[in-house]
Amino acid sequence: MENIANLMHGFSVALTTHHILLMFAGVLLGVLVGVLPGLGAPNGVSLLLPLTFSMDPVSAIILLTSLYWGALFGGSTTSILFNIPGEPSSVATTFDGHPMAKQGKATEALAFAFLSAGFGALAGVILITLLSGWVAKFALRFSSPEYFAVYFMTFASFIGLGGASPLKTIVSMGIGFTLAAVGMDSVSGNVRLTYDFDVLLAGVSFLIAVIGLFGIGELLLTMEEGLKFDGVAAKVRIGDVLTTAAKLPRYWVALLRSSLIGIWMGITPGGPTAASFMSYAMAKRSSRHPETFGKGDPEGVIAPETADHAAGSAAMLPMLALGIPGSATAAVMMGGLMIWGLNPGPTLFTDRPDFVWGLIASMYLGNVVAVIVVLATVPLFASILRIPFSIIGPVIVVICFIGAYTAASKEFDIWLALVFGLVGYVFKKLDYPIAPLVLAMVIGDKAEDAFRQSMIFSQGSLRIFWSNPLVATLMTIGLALLFMPLIGGLVRRLRGRGAPRTV
Amino acid sequence: MKSFSITAALAGALALGGISAAQAWQPTKPIEFVVTSGAGGGTDNFARVIQSIVTKHKLIDQPIVVVNKGGGSGAEGYVYGKGGKGDPNRVIFGTNNAYLLPYVAKLGYKFSDLTPVAALALDEFLLWVNGSAPYADAKSYLDAVKAKPLGFKMGGSQSKDTDQTLTSMIQEAAGVKWIYVPFQGGSAAAVQLAGGHIDSNVNNPNENIGQWKAGQVKPLCVFSPVRLAKSDPVFEGKGWGDIPTCKEAGLPLETFQMPRTVWLPAEVPADAVAFYADLLEKVSKTPEWQEFVTRTAQTSRFMKGKELADFVAKDDTASRKVFESEGWVVK
Repeated sequence: MENIANLMHGFSVALTTHHILLMFAGVLLGVLVGVLPGLGAPNGVSLLLPLTFSMDPVSAIILLTSLYWGALFGGSTTSILFNIPGEPSSVATTFDGHPMAKQGKATEALAFAFLSAGFGALAGVILITLLSGWVAKFALRFSSPEYFAVYFMTFASFIGLGGASPLKTIVSMGIGFTLAAVGMDSVSGNVRLTYDFDVLLAGVSFLIAVIGLFGIGELLLTMEEGLKFDGVAAKVRIGDVLTTAAKLPRYWVALLRSSLIGIWMGITPGGPTAASFMSYAMAKRSSRHPETFGKGDPEGVIAPETADHAAGSAAMLPMLALGIPGSATAAVMMGGLMIWGLNPGPTLFTDRPDFVWGLIASMYLGNVVAVIVVLATVPLFASILRIPFSIIGPVIVVICFIGAYTAASKEFDIWLALVFGLVGYVFKKLDYPIAPLVLAMVIGDKAEDAFRQSMIFSQGSLRIFWSNPLVATLMTIGLALLFMPLIGGLVRRLRGRGAPRTV
Repeated sequence: MKSFSITAALAGALALGGISAAQAWQPTKPIEFVVTSGAGGGTDNFARVIQSIVTKHKLIDQPIVVVNKGGGSGAEGYVYGKGGKGDPNRVIFGTNNAYLLPYVAKLGYKFSDLTPVAALALDEFLLWVNGSAPYADAKSYLDAVKAKPLGFKMGGSQSKDTDQTLTSMIQEAAGVKWIYVPFQGGSAAAVQLAGGHIDSNVNNPNENIGQWKAGQVKPLCVFSPVRLAKSDPVFEGKGWGDIPTCKEAGLPLETFQMPRTVWLPAEVPADAVAFYADLLEKVSKTPEWQEFVTRTAQTSRFMKGKELADFVAKDDTASRKVFESEGWVVK
């Protein structure tokens, strides 16, 4: 097969000492960037971008993508240890990862997260290797109605998960949609919900919301519970990493399903964050013991992590082949491509095979390097939990607020993070789910744009969502996902076995 | 002997004085490049290429920090610039949105909050259709659109921005009417055209080149008084220089170009403005800059002082006319 031959050529480009060193450097920097909330992969990549101007494009993209992989891994670390997602896409990892850490199983949670993430990333790269041409053509069939259908599927798979109170889920989602609407509206060109405050022009940053809702909210709760942190008792043994690795194949169904979801969301415009949420929802729905989700089920870590990384690497394909960045980080890298003199587009694969296949080969190597590096850091990170909470707590507060500031260098964001912290605390106290709010904030405005563009396309007719087989299939799956749990819940209630649960 | 050395010293001092009079202002701390678009956007590339050239040729000895403030279609960056009143270390990069945005949206800054420094290039606009569309030239496409008002879709970047303004101007000039669909950016509009979901767009060369190379889209005409500079063939032997101007193609709308502009906050010292204008003029003469404008098929044109002011005034009048007739102006 031609692609395999190209890939081998790519390996010959990527496999030099210089490039391997760049990968290590990139991954290490990335882990650091990912661990610090607020800094994030897009910021990390744009900080490093000027350095790459004097490099040749292959080395430059290897450095930047390695940083991206590292950041994706690093983001999961703080999700699990402190309930603070370092990256938007690792929000779903907190749901079960943090409970595991609290139960003293931090090593296991981290190892599961990293290994399944590595698996997902490799699945994504294999897809790029084998199906690049086909995917590039397929992605061209997507227009606004199809985009909306994909977002709709994500929301639909998440609604009804809450179980306890659908009304509370809707309230939470509504707040998320409202926050997503703040700022410039690209469809009408008008400014919305800023009340003439200049600081709100750019909208409410999702990173700030996450730092507040999760990080600070969680700290407030821990303080209320008397500064107790069970992780303190956890023993850290390197052997635990290996035993966890041995347990991973047991979850092969979750790994495969999550990889597929991740790849799908990576090549369609869903992106890594939506992928991890959807994968988590699907894992919980198909589980035989859904009640353990949210309380430290390893599958609740494996599912979002696999999908997150599968989507992250699969999203490189639309970027290269179409020039559509699948994530915020991809957007920054695309800017880099243009400065290095490359035009992303369908012909990049034939014009610059060295670059494209060198990059693809480096994605295999970079992810292997990343898994090795982060697994080696597990004992280090896990032992942070052994530090008494009265010391680590204030440190986390400081890191959260520094993170809130660095996200966009705005003082206002620090106050906003504090407000979100209080909201997060109140939400937990009143048993409102936070996840729907976060999901609505991430893809709410994109879904809205896609819907309104569709309405402009059709001049106001909803029939556009069933106007071709592709969009009709997506919408029907979405509707099925939406109504299945409602019907299922009704059946359960009729049988008198309604088990309330909250994500 | 003694008197000679005093004379020499005086002459030296005078010479130094002369230099410092011409170069009275020098950056003394790190310079901030404020980009009024997100990372990866056209303005972002513009600022980062200048950053890389200044760094490479060591044109200033202070480090440059690039910050992206692209919220509110770039308004975030200009508001940030306004906040730096009197601070000559805050350089703002943008387009004509600097003076056009305040018309169409209620934002926290006015054009008078900025000091013009220079413009380095004009980005061109072309009329593009899908590669397999049956139209060989602009005239046949516009005739088809004319025959079926609101039967064709024009896609573009954002709303009430350059793409929609140009669309409105073509509608006025050719007596046609499209359904305008706003997307998040030029790259989305390019892919939507390649996929055949919209009938045309008015993208900049750089936004559509990937799709043109693959034959998925084709250019019909360019909104420029003269043809673009000759280039290597892009697709089927045709390069940028082979595209007819829209006037040649029979469309009575000659020019629509977007300046790539640089600004300082209000109330900065005049010699700081001169310093940056001088710096950017040096940048515009480097081979790296020429290579960048050629590759992105922009027209290199350095403007400062009165020339820039005249350009802005002309562009402002023409655009405001469209805004008023479309009812986009906010009170």
